[in-house]
Amino acid sequence: MWKQRISALLLLVIAFGIGYFAYDKAGTNASDSVTPSRFPYRLGLDLSGGTHLVFRADTASLPESEVSEAMQSLAQAVERRVNVLGVSEPLVQVEEGGTVGTTEHRLIVELPGITDVKQAVDAIGKTPTLDFRLMKPGSENLTPEEQEKATFDDVFVTTGLTGRYLKRATLQFNPTTYAPEVGLQWNDEGAKLFAQITRDNVGKPLAIFLDGAPISIPRIQTEITSGEAVINGTFKVEEAKALVRDLNYGALPVPVSLASTQTVGATLGQGALNASVHAGLIAFIAVAIFLIIWYRVPGLVATIALAIYVALNLALFKLVPVTLTAAGIAGFVLTLGMAVDANILIFERMKEEIARGKKLPEAIKEGFHRAWLSIRDSNLSSIITAIILYYFASTPIVKGFALVFGLGVVVSMFTAITASRTLLIAVAPRGERALSRFLFGSGFIPKKSSR
Amino acid sequence: MFIVRNRAVFYSISGILCVAALVALFAWGLKPGIDFTGGSIVEVAYDNASSTRPVVTAESLGLEGASIRETGSNGFIIRAKELTPEEHNTLLAELGNPVEKRFDSVGPILGKEALQKSWMSIGLVLLAIVLFITFVFRRVSRPVSSWKYGLIAIVGLAHNILIAAGAFALFGHLFGFEIDTLFVTALLVILGFSIHDTIVVFDRVRENLRDDSKGRKAFDELVGESVRATFVRSVNTSLTTLLAIVVLYLVGPEATKHFSLALAIGIAAGTYSSIFLCSPLLVSAFKWQGGNK
Repeated sequence: MWKQRISALLLLVIAFGIGYFAYDKAGTNASDSVTPSRFPYRLGLDLSGGTHLVFRADTASLPESEVSEAMQSLAQAVERRVNVLGVSEPLVQVEEGGTVGTTEHRLIVELPGITDVKQAVDAIGKTPTLDFRLMKPGSENLTPEEQEKATFDDVFVTTGLTGRYLKRATLQFNPTTYAPEVGLQWNDEGAKLFAQITRDNVGKPLAIFLDGAPISIPRIQTEITSGEAVINGTFKVEEAKALVRDLNYGALPVPVSLASTQTVGATLGQGALNASVHAGLIAFIAVAIFLIIWYRVPGLVATIALAIYVALNLALFKLVPVTLTAAGIAGFVLTLGMAVDANILIFERMKEEIARGKKLPEAIKEGFHRAWLSIRDSNLSSIITAIILYYFASTPIVKGFALVFGLGVVVSMFTAITASRTLLIAVAPRGERALSRFLFGSGFIPKKSSR
Repeated sequence: MFIVRNRAVFYSISGILCVAALVALFAWGLKPGIDFTGGSIVEVAYDNASSTRPVVTAESLGLEGASIRETGSNGFIIRAKELTPEEHNTLLAELGNPVEKRFDSVGPILGKEALQKSWMSIGLVLLAIVLFITFVFRRVSRPVSSWKYGLIAIVGLAHNILIAAGAFALFGHLFGFEIDTLFVTALLVILGFSIHDTIVVFDRVRENLRDDSKGRKAFDELVGESVRATFVRSVNTSLTTLLAIVVLYLVGPEATKHFSLALAIGIAAGTYSSIFLCSPLLVSAFKWQGGNK
């Protein structure tokens, strides 16, 4: 008996710890000023506000073997451009889709906090911007801390020399190191500008910016009047090749077209998040009240098991991590109602065993034992549904729901069996007094003690 | 016993509901949303202080065939063909740059794919469930063979799905509800949940058959007993699930309101069918095959 009580106590302590871990909301909202948690909740764009874009890539002109590589370089290019938008945690990923018999390559771009679709799409589809910048006077002597804090605009000033003056870019190799380089040829106007900049700033660094970020900061050795410049960053041949192509043609490595857009404003997202959390809380309370009124002590045990279920699930959302959407939280609320099913099955079985004249502890054991088959079979059908939903999800909304729903069903099987049994055995009285019969009974009409 | 004895009454209730659902589906049909057809939805609101809602029509916005609905005290939901980012910006400018709450745009190809995937997942879930039931009940053959359990379960599922879909055809007609991928998800969850309910009842029949291996009890009596034993559990489980869903419908975000409504209808129908339709059908199947014991 004491052994069971100690294990029940241990279970509660562990559950409390998990609950505390799940309760720690730090870092969930980007705007939180508190120190970011290592495991924040991840909110989907429909709750945090932002833009979800799906681009279709036109890979028709590429041989099948090169498609996946081309898609990867497309994703990299888009990622570089998205970063310029100043998005906190952008997501760029390649996906395959298409109707039966066709394969389509897609690029998914998620931009939290961005609601101006046109700006985002323009930024992604645009020609890479190349420009040359000089360091501001005095910024060379910054301490490392100051450099860390400074933005590019604090340190560099634009020179007016940009990719607009570019005549041609070529791939070439350094004659001494054989490292790949990108050769730039300016047009007449650009050549003049370049000559002037190099003449006035001999000995100073001249930064080459691509898409708003410096890729190489060479020092000006001497005035250059030939109208040619060389970018010799630490390129791999492929990168240099891609840059040359981008500079010459201004296009993404694979042409893309916008296939779908979803934008949710921050206010609507915040409102949806609050509503979802409220729904979860109230649903929990409603189910708990029902359980305790109908099943009394076992109902209280089931409520504690349900609380453990919630804590465990929330902790998993952080650890996996699961991106929570409105549909995902709806799935979670749904499993709140379903998770107690296993408990109800067990309690009803217990009641029958008691009616057959078994003593309480024995009835508890028998109830758990006999209910297990039903619990397993009936939950399996929900798990199958969740798996199929997940793999055939046509929208991220459905996928988010399926993941939370499936996870919930699996966790609920665990908590209903393990947690409820441990707790119920721990609190079960050994006597057969009328009070304990009442407390462990159920329903509104007191059951006759024998039939 | 009561349920098995009065099964004709319960069959007629189900029958009437199913016929009504079919009529609604044929008369009005389900309205597919932009998830399936492609198109755009723009939801905007105006600050009460600085600007008020202008009077606009589809023509004045240059969006032919667009539907414009006023929401709340100061907003619009506009449904139109697929808008490019440029057209979208033009639209916002013409509306006087209100606060944009939501902008969804789906291309026709993605819509077609979503539709196809939805049908595929419905088909697969049904197939998986038939196989699953046949497997679970593979050892039960006396006096009703295992495939009949599967078939009856499918009848129950069809009943639940039909009622949920019929209700949405009605809502589509009355309130302009559209169905989206989340609605299909709700249907699949109803499938999974109601089979879960039916399995618990059938499980008990199976167990009672095993306990009564000498065949002392009449089959209809045995089914009646099984239903009675699982009745409270079925109702209570559905009640807790319905409680959670109703809360979600009342308190939850706008985005999942239709979803929770579909679930509530389907799960209520599912509880009814597993108690009042599927189990009595087992007895009927037994009688039809000429069994009298």
